[in-house]
Amino acid sequence: MIFRLEKRPSPSRFWAAITPVLAVIATMIAGGLMFWLLGKNPVEAIRIIFWDPLFDPTFGAYSRPQLLVKAGPLILIAIGLSLGFKAGIWNIGAEGQYIMGAIIGAGVGLAFYPTESRLIFPLMVVAGALGGWAWSMIPAVLKVRFGTNEILVSLMLVYVAEAILASVSSGLLRNPDGQGFPGSRNFPRDYPAAGNFEVLGGTGAHWGVIAAMIAVIFAYVLLSRHMLGFQVRLTGDAPRAARFSGVRPARLILFCLGTSGALAGMAGLFEVTGPAGQISIDFGSGYGFTAIIVAFLGRLHPVGILLAGLLMALTYIGGELASLMLGIPAAAIQLFQGMLLFFLLAMDIFTNYRIRLTRPEAA
Amino acid sequence: MTDHRSDQTALLALEGLTKAYPGVVANDNVSFSILPGEVHALLGENGAGKSTLVKMIYGLVKPDRGTMTMRGQPFEPANPAAARAEGVAMVFQHFSLFDALNVAENIALGMDNPPPARELASRITEVSEAYGLPLDPARLVGDLSAGEQQRVEIIRCLLQDPKLLIMDEPTSVLTPQEVEILFHTLRKLVSEGTAILYISHKLEEIRSLCEHATILRLGRVVDTCDPRERSARELAEAMVGEELMIPTRAPGTPGEVVLETRGLSLPPISDFGTALRDVSLTLRKGEILGIGGVAGNGQDELLSALSGEVLSPAGSVWLAGRDISRLGPNPRRALGLLAAPEERLGHAAAPDMSLTENALLTGAVRMGLTRRSFIDWRKTRGFAGEIIDAFDVRTPGPDNAARSLSGGNLQKFVIGREVLQTPDVLVVNQPTWGVDASAAAAIRQSLLDLTAKGAAVIVISQDLDELMEISDRFTALNEGRLAEPRPAQGLSVEEIGLMMGGAHDMHEAEVGA
Repeated sequence: MIFRLEKRPSPSRFWAAITPVLAVIATMIAGGLMFWLLGKNPVEAIRIIFWDPLFDPTFGAYSRPQLLVKAGPLILIAIGLSLGFKAGIWNIGAEGQYIMGAIIGAGVGLAFYPTESRLIFPLMVVAGALGGWAWSMIPAVLKVRFGTNEILVSLMLVYVAEAILASVSSGLLRNPDGQGFPGSRNFPRDYPAAGNFEVLGGTGAHWGVIAAMIAVIFAYVLLSRHMLGFQVRLTGDAPRAARFSGVRPARLILFCLGTSGALAGMAGLFEVTGPAGQISIDFGSGYGFTAIIVAFLGRLHPVGILLAGLLMALTYIGGELASLMLGIPAAAIQLFQGMLLFFLLAMDIFTNYRIRLTRPEAA
Repeated sequence: MTDHRSDQTALLALEGLTKAYPGVVANDNVSFSILPGEVHALLGENGAGKSTLVKMIYGLVKPDRGTMTMRGQPFEPANPAAARAEGVAMVFQHFSLFDALNVAENIALGMDNPPPARELASRITEVSEAYGLPLDPARLVGDLSAGEQQRVEIIRCLLQDPKLLIMDEPTSVLTPQEVEILFHTLRKLVSEGTAILYISHKLEEIRSLCEHATILRLGRVVDTCDPRERSARELAEAMVGEELMIPTRAPGTPGEVVLETRGLSLPPISDFGTALRDVSLTLRKGEILGIGGVAGNGQDELLSALSGEVLSPAGSVWLAGRDISRLGPNPRRALGLLAAPEERLGHAAAPDMSLTENALLTGAVRMGLTRRSFIDWRKTRGFAGEIIDAFDVRTPGPDNAARSLSGGNLQKFVIGREVLQTPDVLVVNQPTWGVDASAAAAIRQSLLDLTAKGAAVIVISQDLDELMEISDRFTALNEGRLAEPRPAQGLSVEEIGLMMGGAHDMHEAEVGA
């Protein structure tokens, strides 16, 4: 008996919906095996990662709000990335746009210190979006004008952004009252007008989470009802048909990269003014890269991304908890998260192919 | 139906061959025999089972039932190499050549035991001269015309000294002159005792070349005959199994000029594309301009320049007295210029999108399917349904993905989508490529109906019979240049050939030189 893959006439909706669930289950099994090999109790480790952050009586109260705090930026960035990914435009540098958004937004806010006005925070949000947008325009314009590869350019700009971050946190944006320590003023503590506070107390839902929810709704409407969303999907499926249909590829590249850059920049600004609190050397936390996983885990669908962001945040918090409680190394937790993406992409094959068992033909 | 001719003398006899794929019986109890030294035609529509049959003979597919005998011995090739060892050679419709290698290298790659390079080169020259197919072994294949590339494939086969040569649609890429050269070669081969199994749907060709024909329909042999004793129409009706509807039109007088190109020159779209050179044409209301030519002579480029996918220098494309050279596809659609490209999946339609979404692909502007850029899905679905009904597209419904449709059905959808938008000017490339005869007739009729209502149509096609049937004027593309259009009526085959060949391309080879 041999297995044979047979292409389905149309992608299966059933399998597209069920594969993320299967991928999570497969990750639990393979990850459990890994934890077992590391000498930990696999059932306990899985329970701590997936269950305890939400329902444990001692940690739950702390970790439940953390879920939204972590999921917010992931979702916001992933929504932007998914537009480009759908059209075959690969922005891998969201991390850089996230950092630049935070720097520009924070810089604008600090320029007004210590003015107290309700307009400052919104102004910073706009500046953050612009910062991320401008950073993403570098690969976009280079691609449109010279045909460079946006994957490489956007990725390399992450390292440039990190270098700029290191420079400004110990130079330009350093807290003058900070006794020479690197890092800017702390926004929520030192400058409340520029702080990103919880909108709904006790839930962790700060303004960035609200923005992420709005982005999900906008992306959903854009992709399902608007001509621009149709053009994005069409370009991803058949670039030549898209040109025939009237899509201008250059415009679409600028739109997709620009939108993902702006959303990543905004996410950076919400982070620096809220959970992170200040610009510091270690501000870049990898959200921009993890959002790539979130976008694919969510099948590039806005609602899927919402769920995937929450799931990913859960594994983050649960992973931290597991390494705290059971002493599982951080690398193993990252491996665990990597498994999730691996299984998801591997299971993708069921959506487009069906597997048949056939007897080998008699020779 | 069995063959009455003696199986004793047959080179290859097929007996009750059956091959089924999931959901379809490709060949059902097919029996016939091929004699040494005959040209045997295999006729049938797309999907009649011709390809499956020859794949079985060439060892690519194994039959479910039935037997083959070669010169009285059981013949069960496990793979193409085994078939070649028995003297079966095949020239495919689509060439398998490497552009960056020269002729000799390409031929060596396709041989089971290639001789040393120097020896091979001299044998290529020898064989090519013996059969009137001049070919320089040292030339790069990428620089050869389609006709010359086909010669590479044929010579590759001849070097193996075949007893049976299978040719799949060999003339679809050739000019009439090149076809004549090919026929000389084939007749010479036949006179030496080689049998040829000739697959084609070009009936006139078969009538002039073949002594025996087997006609397949839906996987079965429905008729065997001497094609020289039948009319082309009789053969076609045997293939289709019904009376053919010949497109009719009311003769009208062409009106004012609607579309014009003035000295249109464009660089090629891709590395292997063709540049358009100084293309000037005028198209009048109510007429069909047929543009012939061998594939790859600028057809894609011309369609893209007219559809607006590729913008051209200002002043080169005019629609109803207005310069549209710098307008993209949608503004052109709004002005009444529509187009249907040749490549159905990936260019005219998006494979993984539903027919509804594909209806939106070109219909958004003219059919009013959007309001302030928001899509009216109900209306779009309705438009898709309208196309499916009006053009008899066989599909469960508009929610099915484009790639789930057969080629012919998708073609009907693609043409129907443009025709139903009531264009003033419609440009179509290969409108009936891969479509069965009755559907092709329906598509041609719909183009004629358009012109009867005052629209103007440009049909770019490699099917000369089709162009002659529906065109008012005929012209041809050769290396990106357009010949001076002439009235289609009364145009001789020689004149057409000269227009297609650009009169500077091919000279008939001296046969037997």
